[in-house]
This record gives sequence, C-alpha cells and structure tokens, in this order.
Amino acid sequence: MRKSWLVLLAAVFLVTACESTPDSTADASANAGGGTTTTAPNFSFDPNAGGAGINQLSQDVADRVFFGYDSSELTAEGRTALERQAEWLKTRPNLNATIEGHCDERGTREYNLALGERRAAAAKNYLVSLGVPAAQLSTISYGKERPAVEGSDEAAWAQNRRAVTVVQ
Amino acid sequence: MRGTRHMKNWMKKFLLIAIVLASSLSPLASREAKAELKVDITRGVTEPIPMAITTFIGSDGGSNNVGQQISSVVTADLERSGLFRQLNPASFIQPPQDIAASGPKLPDWKTIGAQGLVAGTVTPVDGGRYRVEFRLWDTLVGNQMAGLAFTTTGDNWRRIAHKIADVIYNRITGETGYFDTRIVYISESGPVTKRVKRLAIMDQDGANHKFLTDGSDLVLTPRFNPAAQEITFMSFRNKRPRVYLYNLETGQQRMMGEFPGMTFAPRFTPDGRSVIFSLIRGGNSDIFVMDLASRKVVQLTNHPSINTGGSHSPDGRQIAFESDRSGKQQIYVMSSGGGEAKRISFGDGRYGTPVWSPRGDLIAFTKMLGGQFYIGVMRPDGSGERLISQAYHIEGPTWAPNGRVLMYFKKTGAGYKMYSIDLTGFNERQVATPLDASDPAWSPLLP
Repeated sequence: MRKSWLVLLAAVFLVTACESTPDSTADASANAGGGTTTTAPNFSFDPNAGGAGINQLSQDVADRVFFGYDSSELTAEGRTALERQAEWLKTRPNLNATIEGHCDERGTREYNLALGERRAAAAKNYLVSLGVPAAQLSTISYGKERPAVEGSDEAAWAQNRRAVTVVQ
Repeated sequence: MRGTRHMKNWMKKFLLIAIVLASSLSPLASREAKAELKVDITRGVTEPIPMAITTFIGSDGGSNNVGQQISSVVTADLERSGLFRQLNPASFIQPPQDIAASGPKLPDWKTIGAQGLVAGTVTPVDGGRYRVEFRLWDTLVGNQMAGLAFTTTGDNWRRIAHKIADVIYNRITGETGYFDTRIVYISESGPVTKRVKRLAIMDQDGANHKFLTDGSDLVLTPRFNPAAQEITFMSFRNKRPRVYLYNLETGQQRMMGEFPGMTFAPRFTPDGRSVIFSLIRGGNSDIFVMDLASRKVVQLTNHPSINTGGSHSPDGRQIAFESDRSGKQQIYVMSSGGGEAKRISFGDGRYGTPVWSPRGDLIAFTKMLGGQFYIGVMRPDGSGERLISQAYHIEGPTWAPNGRVLMYFKKTGAGYKMYSIDLTGFNERQVATPLDASDPAWSPLLP
C-alpha cells in the first residue's frame, strides 16, 4: 500500500519536472536579461493544470467552475465546487492560488479579457466570503486565448467558459 | 483649362461609381432602421479602370531589373485596390523604349482600351543609387496627369513603387493612397489550446515580413503610433498581462507602466503622445489615458461595468469605447476628458471594437448577432449603420490611413487569416501571411 503510493508520488514528480521545464527556462532568461531572446516557448498553459506544472488542488477537488454565455454569475454547481476548494485552501494557508478566468470564442478579444477577469473575480470573491484569506488568492484573465478544448460548438464553448483555481 | 477638363473626364467614372454605390447603400440604411440584417454586397458594381502599366526601363542590367520590379509592384498595388485592371501587356503596341524616346502615342493606347498609361525610367546615379521617373497619362483626353522623379538606394525600390502607386491612385480617385504603409499583426501557430502568438510586421502587400517577438510570451492587439516608429501592444510576459511599447527603430520593448491589475486594449492618441488603455481592478475594467512623457495617468470612465476598447476621433476630441453598462456590450462616445457617455449602437445584438476612421466620418466595429459576426461602420452619432462583411468568425477592424479600406481577421479553415475590404463592402481579399494571422493594425502613410 505504502509502496504503491510512493511510486505514484514519484510519477507525479516526474510529470511535474517534465511539464515545468520549458516554462522555467523561459522565466530564467526573462529574469536574467529582460530583453534576451529564448527559443524555449513559454506557452505551457496546460488546460488540465491551468499553468505550468501540476495543479495540486485539482488532485483533490474540482478545480474549475463554469459560466453561462457572457455571464460571470456563479452557478449552484460552481458554488459547491468553490466551497470544496475553500475547505482545501483553508487547510493549506501557506499555499497561494491563482484563479484564471477564461471565455469561449464568441466574444471580441478585449471584451473577453475583461469578462474573464470578471469571472475570476466572481470565483475569488466567493472563496473570500467562505473564509479564504484574500491575500492567498490572485486572479488573471486569459480571455479567449487559452480554451480548454478545441471546437466551435455548445459543448466546447461550455467547457471553455470557466474559472480555474491553480495551486502550484 | 484642359487640365481641369481631363480631370473631370477621369473623375466622371468615379463619380458615377460613387453615385451607384451611394444609391445602392441607402436602401440598406433604411432596412437597418427596421433592424433587418443585410450584408452590403456591392461586389461587381465598380468596373475597374483599364490601365496599361508598362515596364519601367533602365540603362543597364541592374536598373532594368529594378524597373521591372517597380512596374510589377505598382501593378499589384493598383489591382489589389479593385479599382484598376492591368491590360494584357501582349496587347501593348508601343514599346516602353519608344515612349521614353519620343513620348506616348496616346491614340494607340486608347485603341487597345487603356484609359490610363504609366511609363517610367530607372537611371543609375552615383553610389549605387537610382533615379526613378514616372509619368501617368490620360489616354482619353490625351494629357499627362502626373510626372514625378525619386532618387533612392537600390534596396529601397519597393517603397518607391508604393509611392508611385499612391500618386496614381490619388490622381485618379482624388483620395489619398495607402500603399506606402505597413501592417503590424499577431502571427498565430500551434494548437488552439496552446496557441503561440508572435508580434509581426510587414508591408501592406505582405513584403518585408518580420517577426518582432519570438513567441515565448502571449501577445495581443498591437497598434501603431500615428506619429512615431512605435507600437503599443499587450503581453502576458511573466504572467503579468500589461500594456507594452515596442520601438521599431531599436527593437526594444518595455512595459508602459506598472499598474495594480491587468492593463489591456491599448491605442495611441492621434498625436502619438499618449496611450488610451483599460485597467482591471477587482473584476471591473475602466478606461484610462497615460501621457508617455510625463507618465501622468487620467481615469476616463468610472462605472461598475466593462469599459474597454477606447479609440479617439482623429481630432482627439472624442473617444469611442465599448461597455456593457446597459446589460450588453454596446458602443458609446464620450469627450476625450471622460465624463458622460452617449450610447451610439442601438441595433440588435452586441457591438464591440469601435475604431474611429482616420477621416473622422465613421466608426468601424464588430457586431455579434444570432451566432454570426459582422464588420460594420456607423457614423459617430450612431446613424447610418452598414454591415460590410459577415462570418463566423470575423473581428477587429483597422482602417487604412485614407479611411477607404478596412482590414480585419476571419476564421479561415482551422485558424484565422486577415482580409482587406473596401469601405463599400466589395473587393474582399485575403492578406497573405506566412502563418495564421489576427489583430491587424494599419500604419499611417510612412514618412
């Protein structure tokens, strides 16, 4: 039992190492030189993890909530997911979370950046109302730039209108 | 006297075109008032003017080569505008050497159907430079309409060609040309969920293409400074989405300023001294303007709603922007100092990405209705809404500096490509780019 758990842990570490490599390379060069160029692309926005590496929170609870078209209102399902996230976050006060707001493709680029931020803020505000310290949470909007799934149908759009809580 | 008369002859056709277009547009305007959607398709209304653009001749191999290239770029520019048609050179009776030596036999050119005749010479001068001379004749009246000479280095022949095309376009249409311009845009590649976006720049005809960023950072919405060799855009560098400035002369990029939240939707003011942009705080976006020299920032909207997409009128006095303060994304106009905003879009659907025409007479926008996207224009008071292109998905208009041509991006296959279209809705053409392309911004005429 314990042994298989260790194997799983090792596997997770391996995956983490692989996935974070391109990002850390780009970050290092950005920090070092500002204007220096890097060939390692910094686009490792894994739809399952939100950012680079493994999203620790998503291992235990649902990491995302979904929204209606052009809406930033939390659904009942979304609130339930956020309540679980809040419990998880409150037991780990040393971990910071970023809430990423996303949109489907059916809006103009700049409006969607604003809408994505509004969705992230809606999720954040609910987590704060449940007792998660605001200082533990930050938000970022990707607008329609990082869809979770490809496609131009209702099913794809529904999955892409989301706020994802990422803990690394 | 004769000059005026022959100009009138040239203009007659254009006036006719203008009248045909105007009369074909007005029923659409009235239909629009009843909120009925009709895309304005006036394709084929204009008959392109038949031109004979002869090969510019040189005095040696190098100058002959430059001459040939200039002729082909001039021809391509004019044909792309949809207003001109190059006649088959096989029908040209008089050789260009003969035109240079003894002038054009205009009746001969008229006989083959050419209304305009263009001829030129390229002469090597000191230091690897060339003197390029060209003339434009009206074959119907039998007069020279334009004659100009440029001296340039051998590697600058493309810009000379664009300037010649601009002069021809201007003399015949009465409008300022737009060929000596560039496009900055976002080059796209990779899977949709992990799209790589790079800032790229090229001449308006696709030549001299260059990537300005390497794709390591997500970049969006570049726009030219109307007064300097500078671009403003948005970058997600270090996962901090902010407005950036890119100096085209030095290749340097820098964050426009540190703000307590995402800054986005940047656009230069008409004098190029300030940038209007949006700032998000606590999920709410408002519009600000920053003076780049003094770094002074002024807040222009203060409303609990989405406020973004600011675009100044060319006289700098007003700002068009988009807001969902009414419950849905709509276009508003306010004074450049901020304050009270007047809603100008009242048709069905959502309206975004307002961009004021460089002529000041129209605002271009993206409209969303019934699962479709439209590019359209309306007057700054909201009247005269006209939709000029429709698709799923089409977005993000930018104006050529003469306010007669628009460019935007449209879903084409799996990705997006850029297209140009005449203000009247005809002559839609894909703009050739090496990869997928979005967020075009047209430069002013180059200095």
